[in-house]
Amino acid sequence: MTQMWVWVLGACAIAYLTKLSGFLVPDSLLERPWVTTVSAGMTVGLLTSLVTVNTLVTGTAVVLDARIAALAAAAVALWLRAPYIVVVLVGALAAAAVRFAGF
Amino acid sequence: MPASPAPTWWTPAVRMGVSIAVAVGVYGVSFGALAVAAGLSVGQAVVLSMLMFTGGSQFAFIGVISGGGTLAAATTAASLLGIRNAVYGVQLNALLRPRAALKPVMAQLTIDESTATALSQPDRAESRRGFWTAGVGVWVMWNLFTLLGALLGSQIGDPAAFGLDGAAVAAFLGLLWPRLKGRDAGAIAVASAFVTLVAVPFVPAGIPIIIAAAVSGALAVAQHRRKP
Repeated sequence: MTQMWVWVLGACAIAYLTKLSGFLVPDSLLERPWVTTVSAGMTVGLLTSLVTVNTLVTGTAVVLDARIAALAAAAVALWLRAPYIVVVLVGALAAAAVRFAGF
Repeated sequence: MPASPAPTWWTPAVRMGVSIAVAVGVYGVSFGALAVAAGLSVGQAVVLSMLMFTGGSQFAFIGVISGGGTLAAATTAASLLGIRNAVYGVQLNALLRPRAALKPVMAQLTIDESTATALSQPDRAESRRGFWTAGVGVWVMWNLFTLLGALLGSQIGDPAAFGLDGAAVAAFLGLLWPRLKGRDAGAIAVASAFVTLVAVPFVPAGIPIIIAAAVSGALAVAQHRRKP
């Protein structure tokens, strides 16, 4: 039990220091023009990758399931300019409905 | 009686942060239940949620243990999955320009959801509100539901059955949507999705996002050079 605590706290410390390291990049570097360009591109890339992983990935495998219906339904809601909370609810309902239908 | 106007702090970024905190935080129930099933105490499950506070790494940690792996292997898997948070930290630091004293607190709240909410706002003030609302909101929800899941254990079903995995998909798409303007952004999005899917089977979970971010950054530089 004690050993478990040591590893739990050690893993937490590594996770925190990893997060903190990103904030310690000096401001002088952040002000370079190319950093702005790279940063803007990375923003779209990171968000797209998060959408992709949440929709199509389980562990380290690509899996097609009810989440695709959630993505499609949310896209329609966004296209119709629905408020953000409605988009989230539509996604949940679509996944639940498709799963209830047995897919 | 005239309708009272919405309070000034209740901005679109704050609403997004609250929505995503509810949609995602509820998943803590799965984590709590699985952590106890893997052999952790209720206290250890809650400490992981409070201090590690990065869902993917936490699931990896207990997943390795319940699969019979060593604690060292569990820590390695969790740490690899957390590397993307360093990339998020750089992005947030550049975008929000926080005071030095705030950085240690912001680092703790740096996760997929708080970063995505901050990045999808139109200006810095909204980005800051989005970051704090999503960060604190997910932290509170995630810990409450971790405790609930750890106490009730396997009596609780899988949140996916209620479509909550669909809610997470929609939440992230909603954050990406306003950024998809113009051909350059579209090209980066397509490339990022492609790279993510190609990388997924070959590298540990969490790493495809980093590869996609690197490719997207490089592509942005190429697009920038192409223009006069």
